[in-house]
Amino acid sequence: MDFEGPLASRPNPVARNTPGPDKRAKRVTWITLAVLTAITIYSLATISSEGVNVLQATADSVRNFGTIFFQPHAHRLTVWDAFAEIVMTLGLAILTTIFGAIVALVLGLLGAQNLAPKGLTNLVKGFVAFIRAVPTILWVLIFAVAAGLGSTAAVIGLSFHTVGYLTKAYAESFEDLDRGVIEALKATGASWWQIVFQAVIPSSATYLLSWTFLRFEINFANAVAMGAAAGAAGIGFDLFMASGFYFDLREVGLITYFILATAVVLEIAATRLKTRLKEK
Amino acid sequence: MQADVFTKRRKSALLLFGLLAALTLGSAVLTRYDVARGLTSFFRAFIWGVTSFYPDGKSMRRLPEILTKLWDTMLISVASTMVAAILSLFLALAGSRTTRVHAFFTVLARGIGSFFRNMPLVAWAMVLMLAFSQSSLTGFLALFFGSLGFLTRAFMETFDEVGEEVVDALKATGAARPHITSQAVLPSSMPQMVSWLLFMIETNIRDATLVGLLTGTGIGFLFDVYYKSFNYHAASLVVIVTVIAVIAMEGISNSVRRVIL
Repeated sequence: MDFEGPLASRPNPVARNTPGPDKRAKRVTWITLAVLTAITIYSLATISSEGVNVLQATADSVRNFGTIFFQPHAHRLTVWDAFAEIVMTLGLAILTTIFGAIVALVLGLLGAQNLAPKGLTNLVKGFVAFIRAVPTILWVLIFAVAAGLGSTAAVIGLSFHTVGYLTKAYAESFEDLDRGVIEALKATGASWWQIVFQAVIPSSATYLLSWTFLRFEINFANAVAMGAAAGAAGIGFDLFMASGFYFDLREVGLITYFILATAVVLEIAATRLKTRLKEK
Repeated sequence: MQADVFTKRRKSALLLFGLLAALTLGSAVLTRYDVARGLTSFFRAFIWGVTSFYPDGKSMRRLPEILTKLWDTMLISVASTMVAAILSLFLALAGSRTTRVHAFFTVLARGIGSFFRNMPLVAWAMVLMLAFSQSSLTGFLALFFGSLGFLTRAFMETFDEVGEEVVDALKATGAARPHITSQAVLPSSMPQMVSWLLFMIETNIRDATLVGLLTGTGIGFLFDVYYKSFNYHAASLVVIVTVIAVIAMEGISNSVRRVIL
């Protein structure tokens, strides 16, 4: 999944300072909700089932999910195979997160308003906004034309999207640093590199780390999806074959449990990491 | 003393660097990722993109078809978000520290949220397709399940942030739980919740492409058809239209957020 997590929850520092009556905020909140509700009603009323018997399909789906969750079974894929595929998928996630993070660190520095000239930050931010707006799967498929379907295209595509995501997160973390600190360091004659390595990166390291780990979680989910939709190696491809090719729901169950367990472990690790970083 | 700090810092930096290098190398070997080929393909893809991945005159005739699919996709993204939000609202109210009746519900709501959030979208899409085939309902339901998990957690954290002190203070005045929820917790969380809704819609528009590719629905399917028939001009048009939609949605969300948060 391609979610940006807490990126959206970061309060805009500009927004806080905008003067304006509380009433306006309330009105906009309600108008937004009303518009979204109207769109939803329109959408649900016009959604076409295209000849599918909805009741029958719902009953079938419930039964299918019952098979998946209550009768998982290793059939074509042994439990060890599934485990090896999970490790492979984790490998993809690690690789793409590290590649993306390295590039994003550089771009993040160039995109932070307190570290780079305004023209450059706008350029960087516009560029990464574009990267983020293209869904990951489309990046992977675009790169697949040159690299061929498979892991290489998946690694490039996933890394590319990671750059878009982490650059924004990193740049905003850097911007949180007090302007005064940078001014003071500049006054002592510190060079740009000294400011970056002695003040900016150390003081935002905890943020950088938690953003990067969050992206690692996302990249694991993405790696599963790319296995299914773009033929990348790993458990996603097995999931695609089991459900779309062999129609083996019991095997889908086994694979789903493996993915679910891994994702939950990653989530718990992320939460632990966050609380530990906060304590520091 | 000071030298110590620097040596320590350098040591831990080296350790981190070594660990990351080992992880990278291990993963590259494991996934058989060829670094050289990766780099060359990246540049080849770039050149290919500039020379042949752009919409031409012929592909512009497909624009109406693409826009119709995009519109459908956006409608479904909004609808799946909003329907999931209703369910998530109840789950979050049951589970949040500030509104819960009993701590047990927190565990339950967290568990449900975690399950739906971590279930791979691919599994939802592929299994739903078996019964709902290539109808828009497949996409709607797959996005709905994904949104349900995410929004439950987001709403729960929003309610938690209202703070137990506020709720405790109101309790001390003798206010009943439903009143506290409807008069204090919900109104003060409303802007943040709307912000999450907008965010979820943005995400769903992008995820709809993936779901569409897998299940043969919406804009993702259209891309797949053009892509597989080597009609790259039309495929590029799909990408451009999607980018415009996502950036427009982001722009609207940000301006709404600027006012309400």
